[in-house]
Amino acid sequence: MKRYVYINENESSHELYCDNRISNRKYTVLNFLPKNLWEQFSRFMNQYFLLIACLQLWSLITPVNPASTWGPLIFIFAVSASKEAWDDYNRYLSDKKANEKLVWVVRQGIRKHIQAQDIHVGNIVWLRENDEVPCDLVLIGTSDPQGLCYVETSALDGETDLKTRGIPATCMGIDFELLHKIKGVIECPNPDKDIRRFDANLRLFPPFIDNDVCPLTIKNTILQSCYLRNTEWACGVAVHTGNETKLGMSRGIPEPKLTAMDAMIDKLTGAIFVFQIVVVMVLGIAGNVWKDTEARKQWYVLYPLEGPWYELLVIPLRFELLCSIMIPISIKVSLDLVKSLYAKFIDWDSEMIDYETGIPSHATNTAISEDLGQVEYIMTDKTGTLTENRMIFRRCCINGVFYGNESGDALKLLNAVAGSSPDVIQFVTVMAICNTVIPIKSKTGAILYKAQSQDEDALVNAAAQLHMVYANKNANILEIRFNGSIIKYELLEILEFTSDRKRMSVVVKDCQNGKILLLSKGADEAILPYAYDGQQTRTFIEVVEQYAQLGLRTLCLAWRELKEDEYQEWSLMFKEASSTLVDREWRIAEVCQRLEHEFEVLGVTAIEDCLQDGVPETIETLRKAGINFWMLTGDKQNTAIQIALSCNFISPEPKGQLLLIDGKTEDEVCRSLERVLLTMRITSSEPKDVAFVVDGWALEIALKHYRKAFTELAILSRTAICCRVTPSQKAQLVELLKSCDYRTLAIGDGGNDVRMIQQADIGVGISGREGLQAARAADYSIGKFRFLKRLILVHGRYSYNRTAFLSQYSFYKSLVICFIQIFFSFISGVSGTSLFNSVSLMAYNVFYTSVPVLVSVLDKDLSEGTVMQHPQILFYCQAGRLLNPSTFAGWFGRSLFHAIIVFVITIHAYAYEKSEMEELSMVALSGCIWLQAFVVALETNSFTVLQHLAIWGNLVAFYVINWIISAIPASGMYTIMFRLCRQPSYWITMFLIVAAGMGPVLALKYLRYTYRPSKINTLQQAERMGGPILTLGNIEPQPRSIEKEVSPLSITQPKSRSPVYEPLLSDSPNSSRRSLGPGTPFDFFQLQSRLSSNYSRNCKDN
Amino acid sequence: MSETNSDRQRRGDRESAFYLFTQQRLPACKPVLTPPWVITIYFLVGFIFVPVGLFTLRASHSVVEIEERYDIECVPSQFRNDKVSYIQDDSVPKNCSLLFKVDKYMKAPIYIYYQLENYYQNHRRYVRSRSDQQLLHGRNFHGTSYCQPLESSNNRPIVPCGLIAWSLFNDTFTFIRGKALLKVNRTNIAWKSDRDHKFGKNVYPFNFQNGTWIGGGKLNPRIPLSNQEDLIVWMRISALPSFRKLYGRIEEDLDVGDYVVVQLMNDYNTYSFGGKKKLVLSTSNWLGGKNDFLGLAYVFVGSSSLTVAIVFMLLHLRSQR
Repeated sequence: MKRYVYINENESSHELYCDNRISNRKYTVLNFLPKNLWEQFSRFMNQYFLLIACLQLWSLITPVNPASTWGPLIFIFAVSASKEAWDDYNRYLSDKKANEKLVWVVRQGIRKHIQAQDIHVGNIVWLRENDEVPCDLVLIGTSDPQGLCYVETSALDGETDLKTRGIPATCMGIDFELLHKIKGVIECPNPDKDIRRFDANLRLFPPFIDNDVCPLTIKNTILQSCYLRNTEWACGVAVHTGNETKLGMSRGIPEPKLTAMDAMIDKLTGAIFVFQIVVVMVLGIAGNVWKDTEARKQWYVLYPLEGPWYELLVIPLRFELLCSIMIPISIKVSLDLVKSLYAKFIDWDSEMIDYETGIPSHATNTAISEDLGQVEYIMTDKTGTLTENRMIFRRCCINGVFYGNESGDALKLLNAVAGSSPDVIQFVTVMAICNTVIPIKSKTGAILYKAQSQDEDALVNAAAQLHMVYANKNANILEIRFNGSIIKYELLEILEFTSDRKRMSVVVKDCQNGKILLLSKGADEAILPYAYDGQQTRTFIEVVEQYAQLGLRTLCLAWRELKEDEYQEWSLMFKEASSTLVDREWRIAEVCQRLEHEFEVLGVTAIEDCLQDGVPETIETLRKAGINFWMLTGDKQNTAIQIALSCNFISPEPKGQLLLIDGKTEDEVCRSLERVLLTMRITSSEPKDVAFVVDGWALEIALKHYRKAFTELAILSRTAICCRVTPSQKAQLVELLKSCDYRTLAIGDGGNDVRMIQQADIGVGISGREGLQAARAADYSIGKFRFLKRLILVHGRYSYNRTAFLSQYSFYKSLVICFIQIFFSFISGVSGTSLFNSVSLMAYNVFYTSVPVLVSVLDKDLSEGTVMQHPQILFYCQAGRLLNPSTFAGWFGRSLFHAIIVFVITIHAYAYEKSEMEELSMVALSGCIWLQAFVVALETNSFTVLQHLAIWGNLVAFYVINWIISAIPASGMYTIMFRLCRQPSYWITMFLIVAAGMGPVLALKYLRYTYRPSKINTLQQAERMGGPILTLGNIEPQPRSIEKEVSPLSITQPKSRSPVYEPLLSDSPNSSRRSLGPGTPFDFFQLQSRLSSNYSRNCKDN
Repeated sequence: MSETNSDRQRRGDRESAFYLFTQQRLPACKPVLTPPWVITIYFLVGFIFVPVGLFTLRASHSVVEIEERYDIECVPSQFRNDKVSYIQDDSVPKNCSLLFKVDKYMKAPIYIYYQLENYYQNHRRYVRSRSDQQLLHGRNFHGTSYCQPLESSNNRPIVPCGLIAWSLFNDTFTFIRGKALLKVNRTNIAWKSDRDHKFGKNVYPFNFQNGTWIGGGKLNPRIPLSNQEDLIVWMRISALPSFRKLYGRIEEDLDVGDYVVVQLMNDYNTYSFGGKKKLVLSTSNWLGGKNDFLGLAYVFVGSSSLTVAIVFMLLHLRSQR
């Protein structure tokens, strides 16, 4: 479990650990072909095509030249394989670049320039400013006299601020020259991917100082792919190398996501496959019967009387091959192509560029755009997603005195500081010091703060405005400029923030008077219970609640003076805890707990996090589109509810209702869950907008013990607010909704959202202030929350519509040609003759019918503006109205009808003396091509130049190609096309086919469009005729024709949503009913729900 | 928006079409299925199709066609019950005569077709049993596995090989009007392209019809394949089980009331599978032979589209009221 790294003794590590060669490659030159083929053939469709292609090699049964299947198959596989190969080659190149980069490494006591891939565990690596770190290092020396250096970790976690890293205490003061010869051992855990933990120990061998064990943390390491900044040089011992670094371990290939649409297409493919088998069996039996009864009499066929044993199989297999085109081989390529174009459209969209940062939207996953149009649930993070994550210090309460209101908070405070109120000074000092912020002096002399947390940034900046300027951090000495004088503090310990402890503290020594102080800040429940006995914390609790109801983020500040010996004693324990290898985090938390008590609570700060632009509108529009929103946040309940109110998540109006699930024990949670569920069941029939609120603790219990009830609740509820939830709970909730077969979209911006983003069907990351971690893990990254509207309503919807058409059309055109083949088999003695020649068949699928349909990626059924105005229209995508078995049945019927038209007209128009095989087959084929052109034209909603070009150009191309083939004497259809084109009856036949094939289709479409229009049709008419239909209200009073539309509409909107919600939540803190505890503001609702449950019980009794 | 505009300007004119494409904002025309449009389309189709249909129908009717089935009549009455043994018995004379009465004036050229029914030239086994390479290059070409099951006999290759050539139609016809022999032009009945590019000029029949299975007609081994026009016509297989193939052309006009006597050799076996044999004399025009289907279908489609147009118009007027 552990590895022992011997510094500067690289020979011993050679066998044990890998070298620093990075390899992200999936393949090698040798295994590429087999591995890639294996991967490709693990898909059912590919296996099917391979089977067909192999069967075709048997010339006894193949109806056409095997090339007609092998050609496209090899083409498709070659395309996929070369894409993979290209990606892999690029990975190889970037690996090579990284591997061959020259670095300074100590070898036999001398610094040498070697390639990065030759670094071994135990080597000492030297870095200069702005160098990239080649492998995971434990720092042992820096240019800084205090042993500090700064690194940028954005490649690792996306956080752009500089982080401080320091050398371990034992290495302090080792001479520059001696570092080459240093010897020692580092006891560290085996490589893992946790980039926030490194629990190790270092022991230097004599003659280097003592041989004490020195604990190492992540603070003493610099990890692969980070950059050294603001530090002249640094050196460290390689502990993890190559693919075993933290970065290498966390690199994983995420599982490919499958869209609902892909699943539907697979299902339909399966259905077609079954249909094909049935056809094959029927025709196979018919063929064998015909052969035995008729064909034996036909002397010219010369059937042998005794056939081989497999004779019965031959005819069915022939039909299997003949019908194999029912499943179009082109659909995979077409879909891949259009999907990558959808993704490109997202990347290109100039309306989704965040102009503040210049970051365009990006689709990382190019395969799931259709799913965007089918989203049913959106799980959103709060901070940074709905809000700006730009914290501004707004208010505070110091010792019961409120500072700040709507305007000018800082001013009032300033006056108080000027009055030298010691409380206030102490408060501001804590604001300035109790943090992990690094002040950096810019060239102009202004001080910039590099903070990991936006809250700390806000506090330090606020303190600076209050003339308490955190000016400099020099190793452990903090310099504060206060009213012109400089106060110095020595930083003794940092008790870091963890999500469990919910507070952080620093221990500082006032250099003026030598007092040791513990300064703490944290969540109210992590500070207030630890106040010293005499202190009244009630006011603080009320203040916190009041602030929270204003949607502000609160932090409690506290301090305590430590006695020298108390500190010394604790310091030892802390040191010991920090050097444990097992459960270090827990041990540290425990030790910290021993110090963090008996606080004197100084006050409460309130920080405002502004809502992002357009968030309420976006949420309102998307809710109108029938998408349910869940807010998952780590924040406090009241803050969450306030934010929810202010961004239309829930709205204050008598019709709205918030139901709370709380409780600390199983029973309590169970009771409240049942209560909420009952209310929910009753109100689900009423036009009420009910949301439930649950906190992390209750959620934990609910998910563990009452999963079923909670699932039911999740299905009933359109809105939910989950507060105080952990990242893994977020992921669990997504999982829960996914298990109910909902399409979920998770949107977040921070590292804590990554799990939920990866778990959801669609993950959207906001490339925000918390770094790019979420955006990297996500399928789509956008700059602002409001782009989500456009992403879903425009890109998602169009993608869905286009794929729906494209996939069904692909089946349709294959079925047309296949049905003709089947009909032909009935007039060719059920022997499995192919009417079409190999070239035509191949070109039909790959070229003639694929090109026009690809242009359907430009088709827009409704303009973007109309969709934005009537988001309800998304319902058609969500419910899968455009691609489902019944629409597919429509296309199936159409293909059957068109096949009959083409076949019947062809064999009658080209009967007797004209019935030459090649001619007849070309007449039938051109009939199909003509019909295809008109079908695509009829199904296209908007014609751009490209569409015209593709549809009609394709028709022309068909003739040109066939003329060229007809001009080659060696080809089977030599002169055929010229002959046909000279015959008037050919053209007469074509127009007949088009008129007879399209007439009924157009009539049906017109009737439906005019007399039973779908919502989409109504809007199309309104949009294009310039009609005034702009709101749904306007539609209803219009004539009968639209009356029928009302019922599907009411499905889209089962509950009429009112613009405002009940004001019950926003009532001010002066209510006397309220007592302590987070659940109390909801008394009324609980009362109400109890009432309603009574009501329902009464009903049952009656 | 201002950024968008400046963006667009910066890209210049040449790229602006591409820019519009990337923004999915290419100018598009969005047709709507409005009642006036749809009704107009149906009226238009109706008004075009009905006249064209009538015109086509007239053209079809102007073709004069005489068709006579002869496979039953040509079997002597004593063999009527066992036609197969009649056709397979070489000792029985196969000659037979038919009488054609010309009811309408037939203008030269008059095409002579033989028509076979219930004959599956499109059977898979049959279709594939040929070697185009051999037909063009002769015996030098060895890959005759396509010709199965008739690629060789007596261990020597057959030229032309395969079922199609082997089953060559071999009834012969001579035409007599009054007392005089009608001149029948039997050249140029095959496609020129076939003669020039598909059948070799130096390829002579070899080992043909020498095997154990006796098929259809024999070929003169001294005439190259490119001049064996009956074979070339026969090898243009038909896609339908009923088909006509050109036998020759009468290059004299036939008057009303003319009697044409056809002396024929009824050699070809259609009796074993119940096929029919017919002899057809037909004139031709721009439409080809006699075929009422297109005309009728046009009239039908045209009139139904007029009906649809009227129905739609009524529906539209009613809903407007």
